[in-house]
Amino acid sequence: MKESKLGLDFKKVKEAKQISGKIAVEVQKFVDNYSTVAVERTLCRLIGIDDVDSNDVPLPNVVVDQIHENGVLGQGVLFYLGNAMIETGLTPQQIAEKVATGELEITKLRINDKSNIQKAIFPYVETSVERIKNNVSRRNEYLGTLGEGPKPYLYVIVATGNIYEDVIQAQAAARQGADIIAVIRTTGQSLLDYVPYGATTEGFGGTYATQENFRIMRSALDEVGEEVGRYIRLCNYCSGLCMPEIAAMGALERLDVMLNDALYGILFRDINPQRTIIDQYFSRIINGFAGVIINTGEDNYLTTADAFEQAHTVLASDLINEQLALLAGMPEEQMGLGHAFEMTPDLENGFLFELAQAQMTREIFPNAPLKYMPPTKFMTGNIFRGQIQNALFNEISIWTGQGIQLLGMITEAIHTPFMSDRYLAIENAKYIFSNMKNIGDEVEFRKDGIIQIRAQKVLDDAYNLLSEIEKEGLFDALEKGMFADIKRSKTGGKGLAGVVAKSENYFNPFIELMKGGQN
Amino acid sequence: MSGGLYSMDQRDFDQTLDLKKVKPYGDTMNDGKTQMSFTLPVPCNDEAIEAAKQLMKKMGFENPQVVYYRELTKGFTFFNCYGNCTHNVDYTSIHVPKVESTVMDMKETDTFIKENIGRKIVVVGASTGTDAHTVGIDAIMNMKGYAGHYGIERYEMFEALNMGSQIPNEEFIAKAIELKADALLVSQTVTQKDVHIKNLVELVEMMEAEGLRDKMLLICGGPRISHELAKELGYDAGFSMNSYADDVASYIAQEMNRRLNK
Repeated sequence: MKESKLGLDFKKVKEAKQISGKIAVEVQKFVDNYSTVAVERTLCRLIGIDDVDSNDVPLPNVVVDQIHENGVLGQGVLFYLGNAMIETGLTPQQIAEKVATGELEITKLRINDKSNIQKAIFPYVETSVERIKNNVSRRNEYLGTLGEGPKPYLYVIVATGNIYEDVIQAQAAARQGADIIAVIRTTGQSLLDYVPYGATTEGFGGTYATQENFRIMRSALDEVGEEVGRYIRLCNYCSGLCMPEIAAMGALERLDVMLNDALYGILFRDINPQRTIIDQYFSRIINGFAGVIINTGEDNYLTTADAFEQAHTVLASDLINEQLALLAGMPEEQMGLGHAFEMTPDLENGFLFELAQAQMTREIFPNAPLKYMPPTKFMTGNIFRGQIQNALFNEISIWTGQGIQLLGMITEAIHTPFMSDRYLAIENAKYIFSNMKNIGDEVEFRKDGIIQIRAQKVLDDAYNLLSEIEKEGLFDALEKGMFADIKRSKTGGKGLAGVVAKSENYFNPFIELMKGGQN
Repeated sequence: MSGGLYSMDQRDFDQTLDLKKVKPYGDTMNDGKTQMSFTLPVPCNDEAIEAAKQLMKKMGFENPQVVYYRELTKGFTFFNCYGNCTHNVDYTSIHVPKVESTVMDMKETDTFIKENIGRKIVVVGASTGTDAHTVGIDAIMNMKGYAGHYGIERYEMFEALNMGSQIPNEEFIAKAIELKADALLVSQTVTQKDVHIKNLVELVEMMEAEGLRDKMLLICGGPRISHELAKELGYDAGFSMNSYADDVASYIAQEMNRRLNK
């Protein structure tokens, strides 16, 4: 490992990772024995079930609900679908349509031999794995021919509610220099236990994540990418109650970046911890395989807890998230671990502390495309000062080599960004990234100075917190409010009813085929 | 723009302050100087600049100046502009309804409650409806507070529950009944297409239907909420940006005192 600019004790870092690994393994032991309605719906989507019934209920929900209502979802949806294929000679989509019209009860058919069931379903499994592989090749081809923007990637959001309006805003942002376009989801989508269908033009504070919307934006970004000579990445939100389904849709439609963090959902959306941790595992396997960079949501802790006092909780959570991602076979290069520039501007030497923490995060996760979040909590209607706050944030990013720069908007506290807000943000970042390009190579930090001491302290505190969490287990730590000052019970929150223990016939071939990426 | 550094404009206007005719101030009384920026959905060319100037004239600006322009994307041009505002307002005739209470700090409020109410005041707060943002309600309620102002949870004489975000109005009211709340705090941070108004009105209507409206103080807050709007929607008070727990807590204590001890 490179020498630390901060005098960090890398032995301690290694130990912290080992402790985090143990915490993650404990969680995984639990996860391996369970599935959820969302995981099962994901399997439906992966073997080609799409569309909605006459009441606009997505067919994956229709199929999974019928099995769940009969109390046998623990056998897995593929078991019943494969069996129904043998019994009826129909495709999975045709079966789903018949379930929707009430013509077929797939749990009531004669049960065939498990190996024959697996054989029946396998061609459909292969087809979707192939499709995702092709998407990865297509992305790599684009990266090879068009290239990409330098890191930190400039990440901006669009949030009009109307996918066609989003396209205009996204293409404009790409022309101005954005590398990643995130389509913010409509408020409340994370709490829906289904994924809406088709192209949508109405949303609040964002646009519905639907497979058709993904497709529309993907093709718009490919178009503008070819125009500007840079591959433009598409980001969406693979969190909430449909976490793995969104991962599958993203993999099928070649999304490149996904917010993907169970801890975030537990703390900030009050989603049941068991449900979302199980969902997260499969979603990360899919994201890993599809070459999708995940973003974790630790930055959000600092919107409720104090950014200076609670910095170590961000690091501890990043360390746990890294280990959970490794267990799902995700390469480090796809882990956009999150952190943020959220200290109050009134804090004397706040810039030095932020710099220390950003450098620390860089050194502890050398291969991760770290996602660095801009000031939000202390953005006010003073847009002129806001531009400076964002400038300081940009300086730290180029200085410490962050991976993904979520650009701050001067109107953060006021409204969803205007086209001009985005332009000013990109201009700000490009100016600083060019003007200060190599500052990180040139400047060293004084031994035992403010910056070094700050980084060492945050690492020490994170280490101690992890040791405590290891004793308690992650679920109990969440119950005690160790992150973001928010307490979440293992049996509370939304979505617990969708958790089922796996039974003897359960199988999910995608885990084996996808885990560990493309090799 | 080289002429802009030192203004050689003739100042043939009355430079005395008249509160009956107030207009923007740049560096000389009544110069009307205003800065603005906007984007027009037209390509960047001379016609675009002229369009920006004509628009400013229509908005009531004399001597409109486009000091910066730039095409954001094909067909959209961004402008930074200055102009002299020709309009004025009569400041002396303005009346803005305000929350009528004296702002006290945490200690003073606690003492006030001990002396005048004699028991803890129960407050339930939430960011209701689809709003996922907790920053507003957290700033007012959480122990730590915001910008050096402790939140209501830290007050000795308040029993406070912050339910967090995305709380349906039904659930919010149910909790209020369960805890026998004296005051309800509703936060609406980020909203689109005025959904916050619908949501706020719905809460009032539901409370009226339940016969609760007169039994609890109902207070809303958020960047797009004013006291005037709050009153209009049927709330007892509304708090906008730059309000802290002190403002809200003082108001609750004093208003409860007014109602209980009239």
